[in-house]
Amino acid sequence: MSFLASITALGFLIWAIAKRQFALSQTDALTIFEAGETGTPDDTTAFGHAAAGSVAHRFDVIRERIDEPGRQTVMLMTAVAAAFLVLGSIFGLIASLKLHLPDWLVQYAPLTFGRVRTMHLNLVAYGWLSVAGVGAAMWILPRIFHIPLQKPGLAMFGAFTWTVGVCLGVGAIGMGWTQGIEWLEIPWQIGMLLSLGGACMAIPLVLTAVRRKSHHIYVTGWYMLAGLVWFPVLYIIANLPGLHAGVQQATVNWWFAHNVLGLWLTPLGVGTAYYLIPKIIGKPIYSYSVSLLGFWGLALFYSQVGIHHLIGGPVPTWLVTLSIVHSVMMFVPVIAAGINQHTTVARNFWAFKQSVALRFVAIGALMYTIASFQGSIEALRAVNSVTHFTHYTVGHAHLGAYGFVSMVLFGAVYYMLPYVTGRDWPWPRLLKVHFWLVIAGFSIYFIGLTVGGWLQGMALLEPGRGFGAITLGTLPYLQARSLGGTLMTLGHFVFAFHIAALLMGKGAARQPAAAPAPAPALAAAGA
Amino acid sequence: MNRLVTIFSVALGILAFATLLLVIVPGAQIRSQAPTPGLADYNPQQLAGRAQYLNLGCVYCHSQQPRAAGQTLADLSRGWGPAPSASDFAYDRPHQLGTMRTGPDLLNVGARLPSRDWHLTHLYQPRAIFDWSIMPAYPFLFETKARAGPGDVVVRLEARFAPPGQVVVAKQEALDLVAYLQSLNRTNQDIDPAKRIGDQGYALTKGAAK
Repeated sequence: MSFLASITALGFLIWAIAKRQFALSQTDALTIFEAGETGTPDDTTAFGHAAAGSVAHRFDVIRERIDEPGRQTVMLMTAVAAAFLVLGSIFGLIASLKLHLPDWLVQYAPLTFGRVRTMHLNLVAYGWLSVAGVGAAMWILPRIFHIPLQKPGLAMFGAFTWTVGVCLGVGAIGMGWTQGIEWLEIPWQIGMLLSLGGACMAIPLVLTAVRRKSHHIYVTGWYMLAGLVWFPVLYIIANLPGLHAGVQQATVNWWFAHNVLGLWLTPLGVGTAYYLIPKIIGKPIYSYSVSLLGFWGLALFYSQVGIHHLIGGPVPTWLVTLSIVHSVMMFVPVIAAGINQHTTVARNFWAFKQSVALRFVAIGALMYTIASFQGSIEALRAVNSVTHFTHYTVGHAHLGAYGFVSMVLFGAVYYMLPYVTGRDWPWPRLLKVHFWLVIAGFSIYFIGLTVGGWLQGMALLEPGRGFGAITLGTLPYLQARSLGGTLMTLGHFVFAFHIAALLMGKGAARQPAAAPAPAPALAAAGA
Repeated sequence: MNRLVTIFSVALGILAFATLLLVIVPGAQIRSQAPTPGLADYNPQQLAGRAQYLNLGCVYCHSQQPRAAGQTLADLSRGWGPAPSASDFAYDRPHQLGTMRTGPDLLNVGARLPSRDWHLTHLYQPRAIFDWSIMPAYPFLFETKARAGPGDVVVRLEARFAPPGQVVVAKQEALDLVAYLQSLNRTNQDIDPAKRIGDQGYALTKGAAK
């Protein structure tokens, strides 16, 4: 049965590869550039390193108008996302501290570990990552489709509804109203608000794609648009009230939860990286055809990996094996995306040094490769026996959601906000402070949980090993996690503060906005 | 890759395929099984206690799925019980299989630790029982009183954990939660082995090696 499924999936993929022959060419990778624009880096965070020629081409009348209708929505979403990030980090830090200070803040039910940890997850997944990711899509998709965001009012309403939904959902969890299933804690009654908000954000983006003026749909568009149709299907099926129970519900649970990562957050992150890396460097990605393999491979394999969360559990053996096979197959699309993104960065390493935004995005892309490789290996039965049920998995989850998606989105915000506001970042140094705080913090966090989790897993497999000794053994690593988490949270405060300052009018007006000279437009027309 | 309709329909088709394999087919297979013989549905108090278990987020540290002997003997050695079959969870709405073992597995905690008083003390202050425990204390499930009233269930505590001059009595929430914990017992394995649904992947590996 599992063989059949994976062979069918492979067949699909081979079909996709064959299709590639007449579906796209390397020149399509140039879609994101204006004529004559390649070869010049385009960067809002190079501070003093920008090549002399880069200012002239950066101003582009068509683009400035394209950003305009969605401006308010993108600014609102960035601000909301940053607020969710700070709040979510605080909850995460409290939860982390509670694991080694179990008598701290125990007087009130909303502050118990099980609720604080869950509020953290929902705030960062549905608050920070989703809002920032869709916000980036609101800005990038109109640009690659050469048409302003359609129905910006609807998008604004959607963003607002989604925000209210997340706030109510997290409040409900705090008060003890939960569905009690990981990643699906927000009650479905409030989930309907999220569905409505999500639909109202997706429709303008899909309309923008339908009415596009560019001939080709750039790879970023595949990822983001597919994510936008996948997520509602996942969310609604998983939330159907009264339908799911027992072990059957557990399979739905992990089908959903892993697809939230694979078919929602990952496409947003990979799509953003596919746009920003070549855009900032000013050169197209290394191999456009390989990106096709990456996209369809992701769709085929990622969609079926979820049951690797139930290895050794009371679920049919064939189902577990199916998910393990697909987890391993994830090497294919991940290597494909890696070839494109890392090669493009490595060949233009000067840009990595001078652009803080690219540094965030490129490191995020690298973490995607590492997190996915790690995930594929973690799904193997022998490895899973050790890592399942331990803090190792928590480290892995953060490598994906934080090391990868959050880092890419930090870069995206740093890159796009000067365009959106027409102002430069007021304090360039703060970008580096943020960068080094989260890099240092996350390194401590990840290494601590990985080592501690592995040792915990080995001990749990040892018959007769006392649970007390195992628990005490994890303590130093849990404390390290709190230290790392503190540094990350400080970094997020810097990030949010800087965004707030920029949105409130701090920072010098950007040159192009101040002087709308017609010359570059003429140059573009002449080229 | 210039046609939106193609991208959308293939993307949704792939998701539908995944849903068929991960949700619909296993769902049908699992639901074709009757509940394990002897397994009783929760009574109202146990259900109320289960609601406490859910909203306090116990699942984020406690799994409810001991591993099979083919994978490891460690779970059995700790008294966590034998590996369950899908039919053991027929009455679990929502499921609480869990993914973390920051604390021990609880599927058979009612068989392993049947004492109500033990659980009440442990919930009020886990470190009154295990000095190494990192489980949160749940004082908000209890009240402190100068003197216990009629019908009050008093929590047994060493003097150093008790509030001076007062007694700690369990609120209804604590009693419900303990009733649920006491009900957790899936050690009855009176089920045809051929009908068991559980991941046998580790056992298969060992069989192949022979």
